[in-house]
Amino acid sequence: MRFYMKTTAIALALTAAAGSVKADGHGAVEVLHWWTSGGEAAALNVLKDDLEGQGVGWTDMPVAGGGGEQAMTVLRARVTAGNAPTAVQGLGFDIIDWANQGALANLNDVAAAEGWDDVVPVALQQFAKVNGAWVSAPVNVHSTNWVWANKAVLDANGISVPATWDDFAAALDTLAAAGVTPIAHGGQPWQEATVFDAVAMSTLGPDGYQAAFIDLDPEALASDAMKEAFDRMAVIRANVDENFSGRDWNLATAMVINGEAGFQMMGDWAKGEFLNAGQTPGEDFLCFRFPGTQEQVTFNADQFMMFDQGGSVSSEQAALASAILSPSFQSAFNVVKGSVPARTDVSDADFDACGKQGMADLSAAASSGNLFGSMAHGHANEASVKNAMYDVITAHFNGEYDSETAVEELVTAVELAQ
Amino acid sequence: MSAATQDTAIRTGRVTRTLIYLILLLFALFYMLPLYVMVVNSVKPLNEITGGGMMNLPQVFTLEPWAKAWSSAQIGVEPTGLQPYFWNSIKMVVPAVAISTILGALNGYVLTKWRFRGDTILFGLMLFACFIPFQIVLIPMARMLGLMGLAGTTWGLVLVHVVYGIGFTTLYFRNYYAVFPTELIRAAQIDGAGFFQIFWRILLPSSGPIAVVSIIWQFTNIWNDFLFGASFAGADSQPMTVALNNLVQSSTGVKEYNVHFAGAILAALPTLLVYIVAGRYFVRGLMAGSVKG
Amino acid sequence: MARTADADFKTRLQALLPKLVLSPSLALVLVFVYGFIIFSVYLSFTDSRLLPSFGWVGWENYSKLWRLSHWEISLTNMGIFAALYITICTVLGLSLAIFLDQKVRAEGVIRTIYLYPMALSFIVTGTAWKWFLDPGIGLENVLQTWGWTTFEFDWIKNRDFAIYTVVLAAVWQTSGFVMAMFLAGLRGIDNEILKAAQMDGASNWNLYRRIIIPQLRPAFLSAFVILSHLAIKTFDLVIALTGGGPGRATELPATFMYSYTFSRNQMGIGAASATIMLMTIAAIMIPYLYAELREKK
Repeated sequence: MRFYMKTTAIALALTAAAGSVKADGHGAVEVLHWWTSGGEAAALNVLKDDLEGQGVGWTDMPVAGGGGEQAMTVLRARVTAGNAPTAVQGLGFDIIDWANQGALANLNDVAAAEGWDDVVPVALQQFAKVNGAWVSAPVNVHSTNWVWANKAVLDANGISVPATWDDFAAALDTLAAAGVTPIAHGGQPWQEATVFDAVAMSTLGPDGYQAAFIDLDPEALASDAMKEAFDRMAVIRANVDENFSGRDWNLATAMVINGEAGFQMMGDWAKGEFLNAGQTPGEDFLCFRFPGTQEQVTFNADQFMMFDQGGSVSSEQAALASAILSPSFQSAFNVVKGSVPARTDVSDADFDACGKQGMADLSAAASSGNLFGSMAHGHANEASVKNAMYDVITAHFNGEYDSETAVEELVTAVELAQ
Repeated sequence: MSAATQDTAIRTGRVTRTLIYLILLLFALFYMLPLYVMVVNSVKPLNEITGGGMMNLPQVFTLEPWAKAWSSAQIGVEPTGLQPYFWNSIKMVVPAVAISTILGALNGYVLTKWRFRGDTILFGLMLFACFIPFQIVLIPMARMLGLMGLAGTTWGLVLVHVVYGIGFTTLYFRNYYAVFPTELIRAAQIDGAGFFQIFWRILLPSSGPIAVVSIIWQFTNIWNDFLFGASFAGADSQPMTVALNNLVQSSTGVKEYNVHFAGAILAALPTLLVYIVAGRYFVRGLMAGSVKG
Repeated sequence: MARTADADFKTRLQALLPKLVLSPSLALVLVFVYGFIIFSVYLSFTDSRLLPSFGWVGWENYSKLWRLSHWEISLTNMGIFAALYITICTVLGLSLAIFLDQKVRAEGVIRTIYLYPMALSFIVTGTAWKWFLDPGIGLENVLQTWGWTTFEFDWIKNRDFAIYTVVLAAVWQTSGFVMAMFLAGLRGIDNEILKAAQMDGASNWNLYRRIIIPQLRPAFLSAFVILSHLAIKTFDLVIALTGGGPGRATELPATFMYSYTFSRNQMGIGAASATIMLMTIAAIMIPYLYAELREKK
């Protein structure tokens, strides 16, 4: 039954693709993406110019909202209508899901010619290469277990970069006593999950993280360490200001920039806000890994999935994929975006201190087996499980139930979502 | 009850009148509040906003956010501003409003002046259709549009908006025509006038007020629609709301709130204009139509 | 008058014409509304996740749905929201219409101010409301800096009260429209009847209660239809204002349905929730529409 749907979807996609080539003239890619804000979109423009230099046109199809959720809805409508775009920005498990529907094109020829297998970290390949076939081109690697801090605030209170959870908890107490909001936080489910990601990695350790969030082992999910992680979330909850709920992440970042708050746990995209405010890493603000996760990197990676346009990959798709993976684009784009290149052989010369550290951390974690997909950003499990975890984490963070109940709820929620 | 005007049946005293004005003024303030927030923040530099004073008047007045939102803000990869999307919206809204209003008028005409067995049930079916939550029609609609070859086109969007607008336009016109004297129709019939002649010569000339209601309602809904516009538009037919959403919703980029608010007001200008220009006829139309059984 | 075959054909055509004119609209509605409803109900019994698929799973989606605390929250919220929203909009709309009907000066300006919120899309007015309601930067902060230091208004941050802020913003958007409908109704009432009643010594209060308001019945019908349809479809507002939070405290069935169908790749559960919602709407609307439409015959 599933097969029937798949084949019809593909057949529809094929007929429509044939039509669209005629309409657009030769050689254009239609790109569905959600990078619409200034810096990101400008960075994507680099890619567009690159392609146009090769005679490949770019039809832009931006749909922003909800970290790509809106674009995924549109994608579903487009595929159902038999009108799939040529390339679509995708994250983690969404890519695997689409590949399993048989909707994506095989990029192995390009990948082999350019040696992607050797330069893209294996943990990332898991989301770009499905059943042995490259189906998407990774643009970047974001890592999510960063802490951002206002250096002046930390200095004034005699706080050095905390290395362990206990140091961190002590630093929070110091800040609270000094009348500074210890943690700037935005109360939206994905932000709470981002914090939880780091806390859980620190509390459960890499093996525990793997077992609980990637393998969904019920025992790991119900473990005492998990309860401990929730307890630590309660400590964090006690150290945010009253107005946290619903706040956008960048307004939380602004609190750190203004010195109203000491720390923020957020992915590397937060750096852009500091830079935009004219601050310098290392001088005005600090970036460091969440205490207890110095060795690990939890990541999410933006990629472009290539939708099947008729059996083999089109020359335009191949051109797009190879332009995305080119070291010059990887560097230019990621300098702007705050993330790090998806291939580990790119020069870090153009990156700032935080960017350099991010690149070093990534390649160290990739080679020592400490690179993990982020649960909060859809790189540990499929969307249904991710959101089920969000439900529990956010309910617990907002005081709906205690840590013990949270652990029980987590197990049930994961079961229902599978 | 002293100073009262004689031409209205309800008399009110001075105290009552003062109280009424006070209440009306208070609510006017309530309705204006969000607009105040939007306007005030659209004319100040970004650092004043992120600095905290979101309710304050601007210290530095600037129109730059407006210019940026209209012509140079980043919507997709290109910094086009909202401008090109404005025309996409117009191209979609005008035919969709026109077609759904004409169909509504014809339906209302048939349902009131050419009644047949079961017509009330048919009307009920159309009316109940207004209540379908749009989220559930996305996938089947996408399939239908694909099959009809309308996926990603302006005409596809027009079709969608017509389909989900007919219920309301039919409701308005039906209620309006219901009180229109049927004797006139019968007289015209005896004189040999046909179905369309009667509609064209007798009903249509007096349909102005309810047409205004229908147009305002449809214009507002279609102009402000986001879900359908995002899901069914192609790269060159994305409407204004999708562009506005792209401007406002940045996941991991810097948020320029002043530009967002300027863009929001720009996006709302056509509907605001319709309300201001046609507002008076609107109440008149409602008076003649939808509220009179 | 001699009837030719041609004329006979014409009369028959004339007789058929009304139905022909109605049929395109009817066909559209049957396919795009009722056809899709059937499709959606069918999906609710399948194993659809990312895209529709047709593996039959029976009632599994429904049993999963009722085990989700999240779904119960959204149903309760819908009850609170719809009841308050429809009642407040109706009462406020009617009162403002009555006040505005007292020959006030600048009626046109006031009316436009009351009406304009309908013209704006919630994608951004939601942000304006969010800021205004935020205790840190909005009303609470302003009044506190003005010296009323004990003033507190933190509903939007409070799990138990956040749903009421959604009601507030929704009322803001549509009550003006409802006001216009009632105003139109008031203007349509014959003054002679009122004057006669006044002669008999009826007070203003009684005039409204016994004569005017009962005559506004059709306006109540239109208001109810429009308000309940808006209540059910409330989606953008929640997304922009609270994002369903704090926690999941302001989730509504429309946001639930959307998130399961599209963000969570559990289309089967999404379809099951849509089915239950449609059933509920039908259970309320059909008797109401039946009663209202029947009476007019």
